[in-house]
Amino acid sequence: MSRIAQAFSKRKVLIPFIAAGDPSLKITEKLVYEMEKAGADIIELGIPFSDPLADGPIIQAAHLRALMNNISLRDVFALVLKVRKRTSIPLVFMLSDNLIEKYGAKKFYDDCLRFGVDGVIVPDLPPEEQGKMLKIREKEKTKIDEIFLVAPTSSDERIRMISEASSGFIYLISATGITGKRAKLSDQIKEIVSRIRKHTKKPIAVGFGISNPDQAAEAAQYADGVIVGSAIVELIAKKQFAKVSKFVSSLRKAIDAR
Amino acid sequence: MLINLPDKTGHFGEFGGRYVPETLILPLDQLTEAYIKYKEDTEFKQELEYYLEHYAGRPTPLYFAKRLTEYFGGPKIYLKREDLCHTGAHKINNVIGQLLLAKRMGKKRIIAETGAGQHGVATATGCALFGLECIVYMGEVDVARQALNVFRMQLLGAKVVSVKSGSKTLKDAINETLRDWMANPNDTFYCLGSCVGPHPYPMMVRDFQSVIGREAKGQHFDFEGKEPDYLVACVGGGSNSIGLFYPFLNDPEVEIIGVEAEGAASLCKGSVGVLHGSKTYVLQTKTGQIKDTHSISAGLDYSAVGPEHSYLKDIGRVQYVTANDKDALWGFNILSQTEGIIPALESSHAIAYLKKLTKNLNKNQSVIVCLSGRGDKDIDEARKYV
Repeated sequence: MSRIAQAFSKRKVLIPFIAAGDPSLKITEKLVYEMEKAGADIIELGIPFSDPLADGPIIQAAHLRALMNNISLRDVFALVLKVRKRTSIPLVFMLSDNLIEKYGAKKFYDDCLRFGVDGVIVPDLPPEEQGKMLKIREKEKTKIDEIFLVAPTSSDERIRMISEASSGFIYLISATGITGKRAKLSDQIKEIVSRIRKHTKKPIAVGFGISNPDQAAEAAQYADGVIVGSAIVELIAKKQFAKVSKFVSSLRKAIDAR
Repeated sequence: MLINLPDKTGHFGEFGGRYVPETLILPLDQLTEAYIKYKEDTEFKQELEYYLEHYAGRPTPLYFAKRLTEYFGGPKIYLKREDLCHTGAHKINNVIGQLLLAKRMGKKRIIAETGAGQHGVATATGCALFGLECIVYMGEVDVARQALNVFRMQLLGAKVVSVKSGSKTLKDAINETLRDWMANPNDTFYCLGSCVGPHPYPMMVRDFQSVIGREAKGQHFDFEGKEPDYLVACVGGGSNSIGLFYPFLNDPEVEIIGVEAEGAASLCKGSVGVLHGSKTYVLQTKTGQIKDTHSISAGLDYSAVGPEHSYLKDIGRVQYVTANDKDALWGFNILSQTEGIIPALESSHAIAYLKKLTKNLNKNQSVIVCLSGRGDKDIDEARKYV
């Protein structure tokens, strides 16, 4: 069982997202430990990219702050190497396909395995464009989980195909649009989760627009996991680093108290 | 053989495809389906032809540039006069096609990106013509330096949104338009201005623009009774060039040259990557960050290029070269002074390349240059250098 699967076997999973290197790799490292302590089960690390298509202004700004420090994929692998000396919490990379293209797909998966990255989410790489990478992964028999996204606009046919291609978990985009805080949780979550469950027993985590404990608890009613990004990144933008673990802990409590 | 590309999934060899977030797959599927249905539909084709003729002013002339030919003293130079289209450039060909499609799909909210404003103005024009809501995303930097085009779009009834993300230029305007579409996939039509982006755009924009090459082919034959020896066009995203080139791709005797701006030469100086939903040549750093570009011509100032061009480069069917700002200004001047035609700075790159090309050609040969737009919009920019 992969570390990601193990995490889902225990409890409703909380997945905070931060951009690696925002505002520095040192702070990212510290936040990983603190968020784990505060109740995170998996950490999603965004790899900085100049043009993150699926992201709203809050996470775009985080990418740009990290890029001011010239943070590259290689730097983030070095960070993972360091983090792995202290914790085995599952780490998932969220990155744009261009970064993998440039790094070299084979080398990328080799390094994920070598340094201890558990899963990869590439929001601009639907399963149809995965051909080459799937081949590499099969050949290498790597244990890197490939997490694909389902959107409210996905047809049943696509949900079936995505569920089949996905490993680790299925990432449900809660509402149409980009990442960012939303005042109200999408009322489509329940319906889409049940549509996905018709096709798979794999765990489902919901993200995009979940920005407070109430919303996290509500989403956890239907899904197996909750992903929270912009609300945390906003604290980092304000340099309120101490508040991050408090916030993660409040999400944890709300999810558990459901 | 080339005529059949892209394949069903939108690939030109390894290039193209759909590298987009899942939310956009449905609207892209719907668009592809509608396009494939209507492109063979007699009524659609007639309506498109009607507006191209009576509104946009097609066919545009293929003009024998006698004095420019004499100036170089080599092959006969023919100019395909897209500058004479309504709104002053080839952009309107594609806009009319896409908006007629949007109407049939029942989409009333049109979004578009623009760099310098040419595609934005064309889209705003088309939306006024067809009574559609129009929102144009434009980088904050471009809004500031193209105030006149911003006003033109507003005059035509469009809402111009100033994009403050990233480098605040065309590439960010495209990101922002795609983000808008992700938020509004059901009621909104993205009218994309070049042969870039996810499938079906590279194919669809090429098809709408290939009216340029089809006309030029027949017109040149009427003059010369044979195919031209060379085609030359500027390449930014690559829509005017693919429009001219496409109908000639299967004529091996026709040599084809695309001219990129030196400061934005994705094909000549980039490497394979993924940007704006497509695998293609991209200007990027060693670590995969998209580079900002510089060109005197805003229309060529783009970090990537249409995927079909990437394919044509790799198979060697089209030769891609560069011209710098200085070359372009020279082309701008020489055409103005020999023919009384002020070309857009984009097209001036193609004119400038004639200097090199014509040296090795003889008087029995002929060249078609795509004069993609008129230069009135560039007068202020050019004045800075006079």
